[in-house]
Amino acid sequence: MTDRAAPTPSAPTPSDPRLPPRTRRRPLIKLLFGDLVSAALTVLAALAIVMLLPALNWALLDAHWHVAAPGDCRHGGACWAFVAAKSRLILFGLYPPSEQWRAMIVIALIVAMILASLSPRLRGGRLIAIWGGAIVAMLVLMGGGVLGLPPVPTSKWGGLPVTLLLAVLSLGLAFPLAVLLALGRRGRLPLARAISVTIIELVRGLPLVGLLFVAAILLPLLLPPDWTVDKLGRTLAALTIFAAAYLAEVLRGGLQGLDGGQQEAAEALGIPYWKTVWHIILPQAIQNVIPPLTNTAIVMVKNTSLVLIVGVFDMLSAARSAATDPAWPAPSTEAYLFVALIYFVICFGISVYSAHLETGVKSRRHG
Amino acid sequence: MLRSLWYSSRVRGWAVQIALLGGLLALLWWIAGNTLQNLAERGIRTGFDYLWRPARFPISESVVSYTPADDFFWAYVVGVTNTLWLSAITIVAATLLGLFVGLSRRSDNPLLSGLARIYVTVMRNVPLIVQLLFWYGIATSSFPAPREALNPLPGVFLSLRGVYAPGLIVAPGGGLLLGLGVLVVLLAIAVVLRWPRPPLGRPGWAAICAGGAVLTLWGMSRALGHPLALSFPEMAGLNFRGGTQLSPEFAAIIFGLTLYTAAFVGEIIRGGIEAVGKGQWEGGRALGLTERQIMFRVILPQALRVIVPPMTSQYLSTVKNTTLAVAVGYPELGLVVNTVINQTGQAIESILVMLGVFLTISLSVSLFMNWYNARVALVTR
Repeated sequence: MTDRAAPTPSAPTPSDPRLPPRTRRRPLIKLLFGDLVSAALTVLAALAIVMLLPALNWALLDAHWHVAAPGDCRHGGACWAFVAAKSRLILFGLYPPSEQWRAMIVIALIVAMILASLSPRLRGGRLIAIWGGAIVAMLVLMGGGVLGLPPVPTSKWGGLPVTLLLAVLSLGLAFPLAVLLALGRRGRLPLARAISVTIIELVRGLPLVGLLFVAAILLPLLLPPDWTVDKLGRTLAALTIFAAAYLAEVLRGGLQGLDGGQQEAAEALGIPYWKTVWHIILPQAIQNVIPPLTNTAIVMVKNTSLVLIVGVFDMLSAARSAATDPAWPAPSTEAYLFVALIYFVICFGISVYSAHLETGVKSRRHG
Repeated sequence: MLRSLWYSSRVRGWAVQIALLGGLLALLWWIAGNTLQNLAERGIRTGFDYLWRPARFPISESVVSYTPADDFFWAYVVGVTNTLWLSAITIVAATLLGLFVGLSRRSDNPLLSGLARIYVTVMRNVPLIVQLLFWYGIATSSFPAPREALNPLPGVFLSLRGVYAPGLIVAPGGGLLLGLGVLVVLLAIAVVLRWPRPPLGRPGWAAICAGGAVLTLWGMSRALGHPLALSFPEMAGLNFRGGTQLSPEFAAIIFGLTLYTAAFVGEIIRGGIEAVGKGQWEGGRALGLTERQIMFRVILPQALRVIVPPMTSQYLSTVKNTTLAVAVGYPELGLVVNTVINQTGQAIESILVMLGVFLTISLSVSLFMNWYNARVALVTR
């Protein structure tokens, strides 16, 4: 859950004039069977592939894509008909079926916003303002109660929109917190440093499951009795503080990599502290840490699945409850594979984009 | 005068800190007030007296012995040992598998490096909890009943009731022998590593040591009446008897966590290998070493310096990842804490216990790895 994983670095292209000429490729047969150890490894790898063939057979050739009755899935391969039948439950949870178009719009909106943010033309304050507006629109759309939309309580929210909203909101709310924590830890004020270090190290020392317990069980005890924060809100709080601690450490890395002269020059010019931070320090610090930042984003998308443990009905919980339907014969494998595929598409997409960004930064520096 | 005070960075610093301190104290005061009021309203007891009351809840499996008549303190100890047991097995297995994956990704063999690449990509982009539930689902719904158990390796059976593997039976005196055996092996390794030119070369000396150790241990074992024995699972009636039984929960977690962690370990090792300068490879080639010799004798020892710090955080997150075992119902610390909270309502104390345990583990692992790092770090003269 907190694993660091550098996105795959891009290999330099062979035609790059700065590199020495490539040595001639060795023939494939030599690479595969060059000596005894290579041959043994090749045989081992081939064996592994052969052993995976039945799984492929199960997933594609023997699979049931359409069945007349759930019982028809009892024999043979994978039961993709189950996923088709339950896709609404997995994707939208208990959201009222007549209102599911709203959840669908929210998903489309999030995807569109993320795609729009990829373009480097839209950066800085304007992007943040647009995101803020979009988030409010999504929450209104999900919750309803205004503009003639029937209200839907958060206990009925579920599936993919909850997963995406938790990921986007926790990262978005955590970022300003992380900036404060990182600046506090790097700053000159001893008290601010002590507070930042305590928060960061405490949160990073505790597993996210523990934090979710704190949010689900402890938070109602710490707040006034008449404040009622629903489960989704408390979970979001736990995810936010968790993301903030990890983002703060990433940002601290960026701040440490920054030349001290930048801040001194800003001070010499009489630029106020917060303007220095916003216009000079942060843009450069963030650019230094784009790979670990996107990495944290991937980790947080994956971490949203942990809310299952405290009973929030996200995509994974929905899949788990769909798999318990007694009408279908043991379809948990297919349900989890479907969820895994959705997570894979999101996370792999982010890592590919991160690799692309990284080469952009590199070429600008060299060019 | 006032103007210079307003613009003095020192005065501003103090003002900000005083404001921070005031805000922090007010926040703590507010939280404490709320908590006391809530506790009083709900009639929740406070304090750590409950630790010595009988727990009265079962724990399905444990490394140390436990019965519901034991007290809550012992229940926590059971949770902690289960967490540590899971972590230890996962870390060892994932490091070995990860080394293989990392080397495979760097391999010239396109089949091997391609497979390793697919493996790492899939593992890293799917949440661990989804993987754990997936394996658990397979272990509890797709495996056959014990009568038709799958038998992938001799002596290993996979069934709905769990995984059965050969086990070690330790009779009285066996623990001593086992400890002695480990000691002898460690001693032999230390001698082989320390002695620059042992007779017959290092491999020969290692063989002599191994032969001597096996003979001595066999002799001792005979003198003690063979206190160690292997037991194989055998079908008896409707279920297996003998051997070691791993519950489906335990088997699913160990399998899933190891596969997941190995992908990250593999990437760390690959990163370490790539961080070693190209000149080291060229130097090795110029000396006429084979590629494999260069990898194991020149590159890997130097890569270790780069590998240790990220590996530390990976090990720590593995320990924290074991808490996901909650999702499939393996009783590690998180599940025990959750059960204790449900039983006693003493959430604050329970969560403090969990916090304390994890902070202790984190700190001790970091201290050990820092010590190790200082040992392998480059000594500049």
